[in-house]
Amino acid sequence: MPQDPSTADDRPAEAPVTRRLRIGDGIFRSTSVVVSAALIVLLIGMLGVLLATALPTFRTFGLKFVIGTQWNPITDQFGALPYIYGTLMTSAIAIVLALPVSLGLALLLNEVRSSIVRNPLTVLVDLLAAIPSVVYGLWGIFVMAPVLNDTLEPALGNTLGRIPGIGALFQPTTSAGNMLNAGIILAVMVIPIITAVSREVIAIVPTDLREAALALGATRYETIKMAVLPYARNGLVGATMLGLGRALGETIAVAMLIGNGLGISASLLAPGYTIPAVIANEFREATAIGLHRSSLLALAVILVLIALVLAAASRMLVRNTAERFAVKPEEVSTTLEMP
Amino acid sequence: MTDVVVQSAARLRSVSGRKLKSRVFEAFMWLAGVIALVPLFLIVGYVLFRGIPALNPDFFTQTAPPPGLPGGGMAQGMMGSAMIVGLAIVISVPLGILTAIYLSEYGRGRLASITRFVAEILLSTPSIVAGAFIWAIVVTATRTFSAAAGSIALTVLMWPIITRGAEETLRLVPDDLREAALALGVPRWKVIVSIVLPTAGPGIFTVVMLSIARGLGETAPVLLTALGNDFMNYNLGQPTDAVPLRIYTYAQSPIIAWHDLAWGGAIVLLAVVLTLSIGARILSDRQQRRLR
Amino acid sequence: MTTTLTIEGLNAWFGSDQILSDVHMSIRPQSVTAIIGPSGCGKSTLLRCINRMHEEVRDARTSGKILLDGNDIFAGDPVDIRREIGMVFQRPNPFPTMSVLENAVAGLRLRGRYPKAMLQERAEKALRSAGLWDEVKDRLSQPGARLSGGQQQRLCIARALANEPEVLLMDEPASALDPISTQQIEDTVMKLKDTVTVVIVTHNMQQAARISDETAFMLREHMDRPSELVEFGDTKLLFTTPQDKRTEAYITGRFG
Repeated sequence: MPQDPSTADDRPAEAPVTRRLRIGDGIFRSTSVVVSAALIVLLIGMLGVLLATALPTFRTFGLKFVIGTQWNPITDQFGALPYIYGTLMTSAIAIVLALPVSLGLALLLNEVRSSIVRNPLTVLVDLLAAIPSVVYGLWGIFVMAPVLNDTLEPALGNTLGRIPGIGALFQPTTSAGNMLNAGIILAVMVIPIITAVSREVIAIVPTDLREAALALGATRYETIKMAVLPYARNGLVGATMLGLGRALGETIAVAMLIGNGLGISASLLAPGYTIPAVIANEFREATAIGLHRSSLLALAVILVLIALVLAAASRMLVRNTAERFAVKPEEVSTTLEMP
Repeated sequence: MTDVVVQSAARLRSVSGRKLKSRVFEAFMWLAGVIALVPLFLIVGYVLFRGIPALNPDFFTQTAPPPGLPGGGMAQGMMGSAMIVGLAIVISVPLGILTAIYLSEYGRGRLASITRFVAEILLSTPSIVAGAFIWAIVVTATRTFSAAAGSIALTVLMWPIITRGAEETLRLVPDDLREAALALGVPRWKVIVSIVLPTAGPGIFTVVMLSIARGLGETAPVLLTALGNDFMNYNLGQPTDAVPLRIYTYAQSPIIAWHDLAWGGAIVLLAVVLTLSIGARILSDRQQRRLR
Repeated sequence: MTTTLTIEGLNAWFGSDQILSDVHMSIRPQSVTAIIGPSGCGKSTLLRCINRMHEEVRDARTSGKILLDGNDIFAGDPVDIRREIGMVFQRPNPFPTMSVLENAVAGLRLRGRYPKAMLQERAEKALRSAGLWDEVKDRLSQPGARLSGGQQQRLCIARALANEPEVLLMDEPASALDPISTQQIEDTVMKLKDTVTVVIVTHNMQQAARISDETAFMLREHMDRPSELVEFGDTKLLFTTPQDKRTEAYITGRFG
């Protein structure tokens, strides 16, 4: 048992009590070390198991798996592209919709001067984050999607849908589930996290700079443009990436709204399929015979890789803003787990 | 004064124009706030509106109704959720706190930074991947879906959350307390257990509350590991239902009666999750004020 | 053109804590007025009310009137007031992503697009008034934050002066600087008073005695009562023959 050098003693024989306490120390410390090591083993185990189980698929198709478009458990043909496309597309829609709202809200939370308004607003945003994904999905299916399918989507089809070029994005279909609906519900789900991190990042920018701008006679908008955004920029990009990461991994609400239609369609109003959704829908029938199971896990591997790269990049960017203003990066909370 | 002379060479923006731009921007910020929060009210409102009628004693005591037959409830889902999340908490809280203790009280070297890095990675992992992992290994090995597998999948998600939150709380405990106790000859482990942990207690309790809320709401990892069950199950080694799973299945079924049950499940789930989240926030605000 | 700046019945709060109560003051135009007093006596608060910066802080409020050339500054948009009343802060705060030149003319560029030559000209004028021109004339395109502390502060003074304000407020401008930079700033202030009305808050009594024409002494005796403008008058008289016992105690160093 490693002994703490500061308690190393050069006194003569120690009393049994002291020795027992010292052993207690050693046991406790060792336990905590072992548990921490177990966490590391857990991560390695997870990545290892996923890769090992997905290996047959990668060995059979190689990198063609990533660009393949056929997904047929019966003929054992598997390609990930439709799911990668659906995942990226819905996430992109979500970010495009969520970003201006989150940014505006984050700025608002920093600009509002009276606590009576600011605190409840903050609490409400956190509540939005606490709603379980399945409840979003339920509401989406029975409330949001029908309304949008009857109003917004025909309207889009009749207006933007007629413009050559981008019109292809808005060709209406008869499917109740489509990528736009999934993207919209994703946007609502992702707004709280982007807002929370953006708010923290903006708050780090020293008030000195804001005051300097204000004292020169800048309007609120000019102050934000001149003395806040340039300095918070990296952190804001990081916040967006964090939101993107969340969007990519979101399974349930998306699966409930996307229509689960296989195929790559240009129109946002067509059904789509995401990686998490297909895993959730097909895992029951995916036996170890053939490549079905390993292909589903190969999809999981691709998803994890994308999510991890995004997470790493986003933390680096948020850190960057924190360090610029001499704030310890750990003090910028990047999760909503802590209130 | 000088602007009159300058005007011929410079293009000045009118002050009222600039102020207007700023007002428009302020309106945009408020609009963003409204847009972000309207769904909250719509969702909670709708869940109340559709969910309350679905709540009756049967809902809490009966199990899943066969298709076409009236009545029934979600008792097996609630029992299952309690079991799965309960077991997950029992496993992940000690693990999470011990890891947090290591990081906050002992860890100063490479192992500590690696552990923290690993926790961050696990935090960023999509929940379905955690489910897929346990599906690939536990469900395959035991050849059955089970509540225990569900708990393990939730543990993978909850462990880093608890660690991160607990570590932050432990760090808030002032060093003076530790040093005073150590100076009195109290061994380190006793300082942690008898002094640091109790002081951080409310904060850690808050973290646990939030983890429970998170665990109760997770669908994907539980789906892939516990699968669900129409009947009541008390056996941790058998497929078990959970409220979010039920909602997920019922919402996508063509049977209207099941939709009502889904809303009922949603209101129960939302009530518990929101109560835990709000409660955690209140406790944490109070704790922060105490430690300041 | 003389500027008149009068404070009438000014009150200021942070939340429920009232800092200033019924302050009346008439600032002499084209001169340097110093506000002195122990820490926490509300002198910075008073200063920040004059260009309406006090309201920008969370849960802060003001009431009363401040008349600039007869117009109540609280009656309009703060943006207009800050064109006429500039401020230099305790810690130098040049914009880090802007060059020396861009910092100097930051206030101008808010108001429109000026041709480059004009910006250079106005920058030079302001930098000269701030006593910084010679040191930076070859470094105009370097980032403003790369200058030394004293230079940064003089850059901030130049930035405020480029707006050609009627009043310049200075909140302990030299307290974060070394003695040589402090001296340079004091020299700058003395030269400014012909064109600008300067109101300077300082915790350094000797500085107030050196550079100001009139001095105001503020005191907050109890934390649960607002602070008081104890005495206000000609600097030499205040420092040699103070009217109030408390002023005398402060000046002779018995507290603060």
